[in-house]
Amino acid sequence: MSQSSMYGFNWTKIRKKIFSLATLRGISAMVAFTVLWELCSHFSVPIVGNVPPPSSVLKELGQQLVSKTYWVSWVDSFMRISIGFVIAQVLGIPLGLLLGVNRTARELIYPVFEIMRPVPPLAWVPIAVIFWPTNELSMMFVTFLGAFFTVVLNIIGGARSIDARFIRAAYSLGSTRSDIFWKIMVPATLPSIVVGMTVGIGITWAVVVAAEMIASRSGLGFLTWQSYVAGDYPMIIIGMISIGVAGYISSALIRVIGSRMTPWLRTF
Amino acid sequence: MSAAKPALATLASEMVVNGVSKGFGLGPLHKQILHECSFTLEKARLSVMIGPSGCGKTTLVNLLAGYETPDSGKILIDGTPVSGHGPDRLVVFQETALFPWMTTFENVSYGPRVQRKLSKKVYEEETMRLLELVGLLDFKDKYPSQLSGGMQRRAELVRAMINQPKVMLMDEPFRGLDAMTRALMQEYYVRLFEEHRGTNLFVTSELEEAIFLADKLLILTNKPAHVKKVIEVGLPRPREFSMLTSREYQVCKQEALELLHEEAIKSFAAGAVSSADFLEAYAQRGQEQAVTTREDSDTAIQKEEALR
Repeated sequence: MSQSSMYGFNWTKIRKKIFSLATLRGISAMVAFTVLWELCSHFSVPIVGNVPPPSSVLKELGQQLVSKTYWVSWVDSFMRISIGFVIAQVLGIPLGLLLGVNRTARELIYPVFEIMRPVPPLAWVPIAVIFWPTNELSMMFVTFLGAFFTVVLNIIGGARSIDARFIRAAYSLGSTRSDIFWKIMVPATLPSIVVGMTVGIGITWAVVVAAEMIASRSGLGFLTWQSYVAGDYPMIIIGMISIGVAGYISSALIRVIGSRMTPWLRTF
Repeated sequence: MSAAKPALATLASEMVVNGVSKGFGLGPLHKQILHECSFTLEKARLSVMIGPSGCGKTTLVNLLAGYETPDSGKILIDGTPVSGHGPDRLVVFQETALFPWMTTFENVSYGPRVQRKLSKKVYEEETMRLLELVGLLDFKDKYPSQLSGGMQRRAELVRAMINQPKVMLMDEPFRGLDAMTRALMQEYYVRLFEEHRGTNLFVTSELEEAIFLADKLLILTNKPAHVKKVIEVGLPRPREFSMLTSREYQVCKQEALELLHEEAIKSFAAGAVSSADFLEAYAQRGQEQAVTTREDSDTAIQKEEALR
């Protein structure tokens, strides 16, 4: 591992990655997809042809990129995601560790947890709207739920599957119980925390978009629904693409954070 | 190897195992693993335990380490009964138990770091010295997954050694390494021992390795196991691979094979599969003795070259 890749950006590596065959293939596929889509619209292929063509979507997008409302939708959705997600980590990680490590806690809390977990976050929307004072808080709450259960479940699994060899070796080397927790169990569980975060962020987007369609006056989900109601078809597509791009950006961010958290799992 | 003197004095202890028995399971499922097992690990000597595979060697190590308690009998360290596990008796396991999330340096310095008895400066210097001794200084910031099998074992060896355990317990630590790496590890290990002279118990199922390392051999019987015979190995120290051709070595090997063969026959009668290996080894004995001389001096030369 070179110094530069450990502590900062290795520009040669990044440049190589950007101008690679994989990137070229990815871009060609996107171009091919757009061309095919345009042709379908152009020749009025049944069903698929009803979708507004990329040409009109791009024209609309040009206007949207300079419109303030469009960017406010981005900010609003990202705020809900970030707050819900961060709170899910802050509460979920300690709870997951507690349930993974402590048998009494697990036997007490896990049954309740297991009954609440299968309830889809969207089924929480009505009750959330009732007991939270504002719609904004209720949406953050359902977003939080989406990530919370995944995170907790992954950590329990991770903490319980720690190899007994490590615990034995650590005790033999003179560890106290708190050393075992902080120096062995927590780092051994980090990979599971990262998995929980990666899956969680995906669920979070699915939840926030649906929640916005039901209970909000802003955000990318609302933007998409609103366009449908208004009959602005190209705008629906823009909403969808925006959600896709936003989801991709947040996943990429989590991947970067995750790989910083678990440097020993990086492939060299 | 480094000529640097150990910064800390070695504390060697005597460990006495007296009539230890251990079984698992209840009622008709009960299986007696150890029966009236007695032996002594003398101060600053390297005892090697060898016996048929599956005879209960690992159980014995777990008892000595304090991971399990004997059903009857006593285990004493300098006259005091052992209780629980602790850094005075450290085990190097068959499989690596290096912490994957720590670098080599962090792994090796883990013991002193959590025991909080030495100052950071002292144990960090000691870590560096030991890493240098086993040729891992350049790999101190690597994670275990980035090390080869041989390097992992060396890291594990010094991770145990840095705590200056009263007794070091090595449970087939070089098992699964390729022949070349294994020979190198034996060499590293024997040098470390000769420099530090701790009390060591080394468990193996390889006779050649056993005699090369040992001050004395403890030969175990089949299950329920006890020490069948103790053979003193008179080879001088420091040990060299060339000694594997000496007369003393051949005599030792002959005697040990004889005993192991008896056990193999018994377990064969009892239907154990592993005994086939020992029968085969015994059958090859005659031919092997003629060949060993040449082969061993060849490997010895290769090893020395590799070490440079």
